[in-house]
Amino acid sequence: MTTVENSATRVDNSKTPVVLGGTRGGPDQPTLRTDRWWLAPVITVAILSSFVVYATWAAFVNKDYYAGASMHRDLISPFYSPCLTQGCITSGASIGGHVLSWWTISPALLILIFPLGFRMTCYYYRRAYYRSFWWAPPACSVSDAHKSYSGESKFPLIMQNVHRYFFYFGLIFNVLLTYDAIMAFREPGRGLGWGVSVGTLVLIVNAVLLWCYSLSCHACRHLCGGQVRSFSKHPIRAKLWKFVTPLNAKHMQFAWVSLFFVAFTDIYVRLVASGTITDFRLF
Amino acid sequence: MSDITMRVWRGDQNGGAFENYVMPKVEGEVILDVIHRIQATTAPDLAVRWNCKAGKCGSCSAEINGKPRLLCMTRVDQLPEGEPVTVTPMRTFPVIRDLATDVSFNFEMARKVPAFNPIPKPEEGYRMQQIDVERGQEFRKCIECFMCQDVCHVIRDHEENKPKYAGPRFFIRYAELEMHPLDTNDRRELVREKMGLGMCNITKCCTEVCPEHIKITDNAIIPLKERVVDADFDPVAWLGRKILRRTKRTSEEAAVQPD
Repeated sequence: MTTVENSATRVDNSKTPVVLGGTRGGPDQPTLRTDRWWLAPVITVAILSSFVVYATWAAFVNKDYYAGASMHRDLISPFYSPCLTQGCITSGASIGGHVLSWWTISPALLILIFPLGFRMTCYYYRRAYYRSFWWAPPACSVSDAHKSYSGESKFPLIMQNVHRYFFYFGLIFNVLLTYDAIMAFREPGRGLGWGVSVGTLVLIVNAVLLWCYSLSCHACRHLCGGQVRSFSKHPIRAKLWKFVTPLNAKHMQFAWVSLFFVAFTDIYVRLVASGTITDFRLF
Repeated sequence: MSDITMRVWRGDQNGGAFENYVMPKVEGEVILDVIHRIQATTAPDLAVRWNCKAGKCGSCSAEINGKPRLLCMTRVDQLPEGEPVTVTPMRTFPVIRDLATDVSFNFEMARKVPAFNPIPKPEEGYRMQQIDVERGQEFRKCIECFMCQDVCHVIRDHEENKPKYAGPRFFIRYAELEMHPLDTNDRRELVREKMGLGMCNITKCCTEVCPEHIKITDNAIIPLKERVVDADFDPVAWLGRKILRRTKRTSEEAAVQPD
């Protein structure tokens, strides 16, 4: 009996002549888009540049980063936590004081390597700065600004693959900043020694947003369960993956909000520590 | 109703130019309807590829006002009122004529995908749990309109990358196979070395243009990149492979098509 499959004329696909290449259609213009495609890159450049300028200033200034017992508070800027060096003011809020005695300049210069490395290699920020700073491409269906292109397949951009290690360090910093947020309930030298101020809430919100940003990370999603072939054989990892997947969908939002808030937290603590404003006690 | 000015690129391998067609607006029309009216009235030789007119066959991909869109799914009233509508063929592929392009590049890349290579069939037959079925289902929504390939700047702006870059459409195929619980191949080295996964810089344009709203970047390309990190860039994973005596397949081994 002849089956349909046997009787069918089979085409040897490997020998089908295919001519690739040729003249492309449409005009030779960088783009035919008529909308304001340039707006998003301009906003991104403005925000990220502002953050870099502010963070650089805040890292070098090396003062007013801690509101301590003299103000009945225990607030430390996230840029200067944990307390690592001799130059750092020892506080109840910060752990690990005086670890690096030979480091005499601002400890923030050491600390910020890790959160900045985490953000620099983050899949969302990569998209943002590849588009806005590197113009590869500045917007969809707008020509990129490079004669040749190898993307992340060669040095130095192949180093982006280190992202998961910055993620691990980011988790350590989240634990430290959560500890700082808990310590922000302390009010040394006043009443029961505990209370809630605006500064306490600021540090708590900052820690929560940083956890959201880290847990929504693509590397986290992969490590939680994305890397397995079969969810049914790894039910716990499948549940973890299902937990972080909705967070992952909001990764862009968490990236921006947490960036703004970490800068805001530093500004707030700086203003309180310098005596410019009073940290209002809520209860 | 008012008129609509259509700026349609007309040409072939020898070059081309825009031609303007002023057509009366008809309520509820999509761009493909207007193109068909142009064909029926003033330009019967205008070439356009189309089939289902329902956004499911992926044939009528083109660029409207510079953005990759399906002609049959773009309503005229979604576009800016009073401005001409520019329609051009997909920029990444060679033009055949007018709005029809030669998308053979994609079929060449499709042939290079090592096919599904399952475990030997158990006596009771293959069984898959629903949770595993659901994972790959998103990728099977692809209608092969190739707009993700068209918008990807890696090949849109760099013709020289075409031989070594599979593109987003095929990265979702690789991802689907890599996430299949019954598949036995390991394509991680293949996608890194031969299929150019590292060239993708995750600008998410493919996700933006996908008419099936497949999260190409988040659910396929980035998971593939992370799997490549497991295979090549993570010393802890490397140590784990050594201790557990696991091996990974070379790109040559992975590229072999199953019988």
